[in-house]
Amino acid sequence: MEFDYTEEQLALQDTLQRFISRDYDFDKRKAILKSDLGFSADAWKQYAELGLLSLPFPEDFGGLGGSAVDVMLVMEQFGSGLLMEPYLSSVVVSGGLLRDAASKELKQKLLPEIAAGSAKASLACYEAAGRYDLSYVACTATQKGGTWQLSGQKSVVLDGPSSDFFLVTARNSGKTGDAVGVSLFLVPRDAKGLTILGYPTQIGARAADLKLENVAVGADALIGPAGAALPIVQRAIDRGIAALCAEAVGVMNALNKATLEYLKTRKQFGVAIGTFQALKHRMADMLIAAEQSRSMAVIAAVNADSDDAAERQRAIAAAKAYIGQAGRLVGQQAVQLHGGMGVVDEHVVSHYFKRLTMIDLTFGDADYHLGRFSDMLRPAS
Amino acid sequence: MDLTFTKQEEAFRDEVRAFFAAELPKEIRDKLEMGRHISKDDMVRWQKILYRKGWGAPNWPTKFGGTGWNVVQQHIFEEERAEACAPPQNVFGLKMLAPVMQNFGNAAQQEYFLPRILSGEHWWCQGYSEPGSGSDLASLRTSAVRQGDHYVVNGQKTWNTMGQYADWIFALVRTSTEGRQQQGISFLLIDMKSPGVSVRPIIMLDGGHEINDVFFDNVKVPVQNLIGEENKGWTYAKFLLSHERSGNAGIGACKHALKKLKEIAAAQLANGKPLIEDSRFRDRIAQVEMELMALEITNLRVLSGYAKDQKAQSLGPEVSMLKIKGSEIIQTLAELKMHALGHDALPYVREALDIKWAGNPLLNTHYGSYAPPLSGQYFNQRKTTIYAGSTEVQKNIISQMILGL
Repeated sequence: MEFDYTEEQLALQDTLQRFISRDYDFDKRKAILKSDLGFSADAWKQYAELGLLSLPFPEDFGGLGGSAVDVMLVMEQFGSGLLMEPYLSSVVVSGGLLRDAASKELKQKLLPEIAAGSAKASLACYEAAGRYDLSYVACTATQKGGTWQLSGQKSVVLDGPSSDFFLVTARNSGKTGDAVGVSLFLVPRDAKGLTILGYPTQIGARAADLKLENVAVGADALIGPAGAALPIVQRAIDRGIAALCAEAVGVMNALNKATLEYLKTRKQFGVAIGTFQALKHRMADMLIAAEQSRSMAVIAAVNADSDDAAERQRAIAAAKAYIGQAGRLVGQQAVQLHGGMGVVDEHVVSHYFKRLTMIDLTFGDADYHLGRFSDMLRPAS
Repeated sequence: MDLTFTKQEEAFRDEVRAFFAAELPKEIRDKLEMGRHISKDDMVRWQKILYRKGWGAPNWPTKFGGTGWNVVQQHIFEEERAEACAPPQNVFGLKMLAPVMQNFGNAAQQEYFLPRILSGEHWWCQGYSEPGSGSDLASLRTSAVRQGDHYVVNGQKTWNTMGQYADWIFALVRTSTEGRQQQGISFLLIDMKSPGVSVRPIIMLDGGHEINDVFFDNVKVPVQNLIGEENKGWTYAKFLLSHERSGNAGIGACKHALKKLKEIAAAQLANGKPLIEDSRFRDRIAQVEMELMALEITNLRVLSGYAKDQKAQSLGPEVSMLKIKGSEIIQTLAELKMHALGHDALPYVREALDIKWAGNPLLNTHYGSYAPPLSGQYFNQRKTTIYAGSTEVQKNIISQMILGL
């Protein structure tokens, strides 16, 4: 039983905190959001130099061999600093997926590029009518000689506009909604027949829908076994969820800190508003929610690397559902306790609130995961 | 970051489990397993069994005859106790009074009282709350006036748990009305057989008798029964409360109740199908299980932080979080267990809580063996967010001690 970070991990945490206060304060971040990319290419380079981008990859492929707990630590800082770079989509989810399932040749080619920051990848696994269901794949994959032809549509691909290649789920057999018959393909952004329709998200980071019209890729673009990609994709999403849970904890703690500070300094009726019991108790609820969320994020992180798919999915679903609910409580109440200051763009609180809202809606919201956890409920033993 | 117990801790868990399997009398186990009443005799008998094993006081240091277990071991012991359906020990002597006596009592008090708590010979109860002093405990008015070599105590204590069985009561009494109200309080040990002590039952909403009013009418208490110094009782009282709250996450009890809930929901039929297949009900179980998963880790985080802190004398204000969440979860579980029965929870025959109740053909169709009148538990458990500092008092503590508001 150990709940503290190691000294090595704390050193990394310290480095990230110093980076955020130096290069990523509220005003600098505002400028970054206004740029074409929506994130900082310079920061991305620095992450590569710090080793963040190679953190979760095996040492054989130029990585640092870090665990999901190392990723947790990084993502907490992404949360408290509201960092916009595509770490989750490229390194944690896509990088993790390639690490698990790609051929040795492909790993040797792509992982060092992701680790260096010279290439970015994103997972395209959701479709318009499927909501959060990974098996809802209507996008087709047809084998023709030595190539695959992909046709269909993909929704809300995180960081899609800046991705160099996509990991796309497509169906080579069965019908939409079947668990088998789904395959995964590597598609470069300049593939013929691929249209990337980019847009900003709630907080300003970018995402995209993909349109695939007879996109032809070679046999070597197939990742993992044909028709059996779902467990691989699920695992990558689980890892992404664990990372999002950690990010949410970072956001919640930052929001609570800001709110507590506001309660102590904002005066009305001649006294600090933090002297009012209604507000004290709300703040206590927010603290409890954040502490319980940290516990859930720890559960998610230590299970994220597990090979026991049932146990892993159960833990991940519970964590995501819990943190979705807790995030709503902390986010909404932080805005409420800030009064008018909570609803303006000029104050960081609204940005944290929006990030928590996005985290809930990404990879399945609280209701969706509560339902999954409920369906996986263990019988009395 | 590691959520696994060490090999030694797992071995310890195995040892505790094996002991419970071998030594817990079946008739006591059955009562707890089936949610029936346990008696004082059951509890004392179990305490004596633990005592013979050397496990009479899981939370005491070895020099007083305790096990010397660390907080993680205590947590494991408590989890296994709940899982094995062993009775809880009498917390008033073991977990409330004893830490105070060990830290602030004199040698004579320690030598006389502690072994008798350990062996189960003395049954202790608590005299804190008064009719006018609940959350605002320091406003208490029960008076103790020094007359020669004894105090004369007059007043009334209330919400006194299981005092009808008690040999002794530890009580907060007012020895001075000067200065702040906290400054005039003393901590006295009173023999329940003293002339002038009387106990009046308070029947709770579930029909049970577990709490009382205790009256003191010119009760003579020898001065050697004063703990520590006169007028310093508030310090000891607060010390006691921090120990009282330490077990209040109740992880073991919650886990056991969750298991029971799932059994009931699997056995109850709705429209001919197991209730647990109804996703609307199952989602509510999932929701509370999720809360419990989080609390289990939060509890262990607090315990392990304490175990690492060499200077800490008792758990910090974080226990207030554990108490708030643990009490809410156990209440939700009681509520769901009752709701699992649907309208079969309406018939309420209190006698059915007695293990010897013969049953009757009519009520047996409503009460499965797994489901005694569960509404009693639901009603009774409303106390958990009120006792040992209500949820609102705990939030005051969090805002003051942790948040600095």
